[in-house]
Amino acid sequence: MSAETLYDKVWDRHTVTTLPTGQDQLFVGLHLIHEVTSPQAFGMLRERDLEVAYPELTHATVDHIVPTADQSRPYEEDAAEEMMAELEENVRDAGIDFSDPTTGDQGIVHVIGPEQGLTQPGKTIVCGDSHTSTHGAFGALAFGIGTSQIRDVLATGTVAMEKQKVRKIQVDGELGDGVEAKDIILEIIRRLGTEGGVGYVYEYAGEAIESLGMEGRMSICNMSIEGGARAGYVNPDETTYEWLKETDYFQENPERFEELKPYWESIRSDEDADYDDVVHIDADELEPVVTWGTTPGQGVGISDPIPEPESLPAEKQDTARRAQEHMRVEPGETMAGYDIDVAFLGSCTNARLPDLRRAARIVEGREVADDVRAMVVPGSQRVQEAAAEEGLKDTFEEAGFEWRNAGCSMCLGMNEDQLEGDEACASSSNRNFVGRQGSKDGRTVLMNPRMVAAAAITGEVSDVRDLKEVTSV
Amino acid sequence: MTDEVEIPAVDSVSGSGVPIRGNDIDTDQIIPARFMKVVTFDGLGEFAFFDLRFDDDDAQKEHPFNEDRYQDSSVLVVNSNFGCGSSREHAPQALMRWGIDAIIGESFAEIFAGNCLALGIPTVTADSETIEALQDWVDANPDGELEIDVEAEEVTYGDRTIDVTVDDAQRKALVEGVWDTTALMKSNADAVRETTRALPYVDDAAIPEAE
Ligand code: SF4
Repeated sequence: MSAETLYDKVWDRHTVTTLPTGQDQLFVGLHLIHEVTSPQAFGMLRERDLEVAYPELTHATVDHIVPTADQSRPYEEDAAEEMMAELEENVRDAGIDFSDPTTGDQGIVHVIGPEQGLTQPGKTIVCGDSHTSTHGAFGALAFGIGTSQIRDVLATGTVAMEKQKVRKIQVDGELGDGVEAKDIILEIIRRLGTEGGVGYVYEYAGEAIESLGMEGRMSICNMSIEGGARAGYVNPDETTYEWLKETDYFQENPERFEELKPYWESIRSDEDADYDDVVHIDADELEPVVTWGTTPGQGVGISDPIPEPESLPAEKQDTARRAQEHMRVEPGETMAGYDIDVAFLGSCTNARLPDLRRAARIVEGREVADDVRAMVVPGSQRVQEAAAEEGLKDTFEEAGFEWRNAGCSMCLGMNEDQLEGDEACASSSNRNFVGRQGSKDGRTVLMNPRMVAAAAITGEVSDVRDLKEVTSV
Repeated sequence: MTDEVEIPAVDSVSGSGVPIRGNDIDTDQIIPARFMKVVTFDGLGEFAFFDLRFDDDDAQKEHPFNEDRYQDSSVLVVNSNFGCGSSREHAPQALMRWGIDAIIGESFAEIFAGNCLALGIPTVTADSETIEALQDWVDANPDGELEIDVEAEEVTYGDRTIDVTVDDAQRKALVEGVWDTTALMKSNADAVRETTRALPYVDDAAIPEAE
């Protein structure tokens, strides 16, 4: 058979049957769970006297509520402790592996899956978390689900889904200096809109995507959901396989690598695959993108003017006006020079080792601006340890950054890391919604990690290309 | 053992409406993350749209959910891309527990619509003009009855009946009372095992024995 996309092939391999609703019943190859969205699902199972059907294909971590400063138990906050205790009990009863903080493997669910080799090409992966799309970077079909669906997956190993259309996003050309994967995805969302991907899965292709490492591909797939697409993926290639080889699973089962490779190759989209839509982006033309508003689609090149609401499509104008009022920005001006109070380097979008490395090269030998609270929250304990070993922790701390333990932290402000009052934050995360970072008057400016580093140093949104990198010997 | 949960068919929903205007209303606005530090969904209703309803001193702000005239409303009327953002089922749970049984809007984020379906809440769509006219009508007739006929894809209000769209799978699931998929899918356990065995990456040891 030819002319099929990876999406078609993986979908077909996992379809159990078509349900009376017309939805397909899809087998789930990896079910990731965390403390916020799973307890209610376990509760529903208990109510119905059901057990976890595929515990060995299920893996848990704790990330959203975990404190990033003092992690001694019981956690200082009662609600956090209760959620953690509930998760511990649920995974123990069901026999589910749990990367808890004592293992050294804990971290944000979308960081640890790939690290441990749980994330693999051609798997279906679900998690009660919308950024599950991240795992698509490996050529997996990965999407977020709600709690009732978590119940379904726990009870049956399957989920009911409708097949969607596939839009190929072809990114040609080469990224310039200071421009990163994050800028590609912010640009895609800016152009296609936050609802542009509804009904679609995004396939990212083209030389600019292929030349990215796995971390960059993850940053892009991560934010598919901000563009309205429930899933995004990149076809697996040598870069993917090199990463997989180094993971726990294939280190422990080296023979599985050669056994599975033909499957991975077989699920790649065919050359002549049919797409429902194709969009072209030219990477050469991109510059660092920052957001000026309160949706991830409200982005602008660092040297471009913030748009006049009237220049936008009619249905976007109202949102734009309210966003500009909230952010206190003026159309016609650029975002460069926008004062910030907090710099947050973290989240499942941009808190992996290469992200921290690039940002560290910017802060090296410099100091965080007065009155700026700057923090690094590594995506996982492994990232944290590797970064410390390389000296990145020292670099950040010497510059005046706080170095925290792994977790979601200020990406959504469910633990103690939150914006206060109307603080403005330069953030490497993925959402700038009002209230997202814990304060309803807080202001979030999304950008790539080097741009966050530059903002921390200068105290304002700055073009990182204007700061000369100091490279260590 | 299969579960014996009674799943009611949802062919139609009726009640008075409450308009929430604006595009891109995200799940962080529907239920701020700090209210998700819970292990059950009970009691989430009072936190629906919390930050839009209350200021820092917990004084009420202007918001339809605070208005007396909408306290008995059960049909939410919204604009485009409603429910975008996170996958938190806490969002529709909070709306449902506040009293919402159905939502009419221009468009919905997919995970949000799926979460609503899992609770038996229809999310039906119409174009922006139709929605705005409906919001205006609800505004003027807070006690006016709206009837959503899910099967016929129609909404009746005042002396008008308008066409709306209900996603095919959603319509079948609601009308035939199969929107709670657990039991349905559990009954296919043998077929699931068969699909699983054919996948090269799944260890045989991970596949459960037939019950
Ligand atoms: S880092 Fe942010 S986006 Fe990622 S899983 Fe955590 S809360 Fe969600």
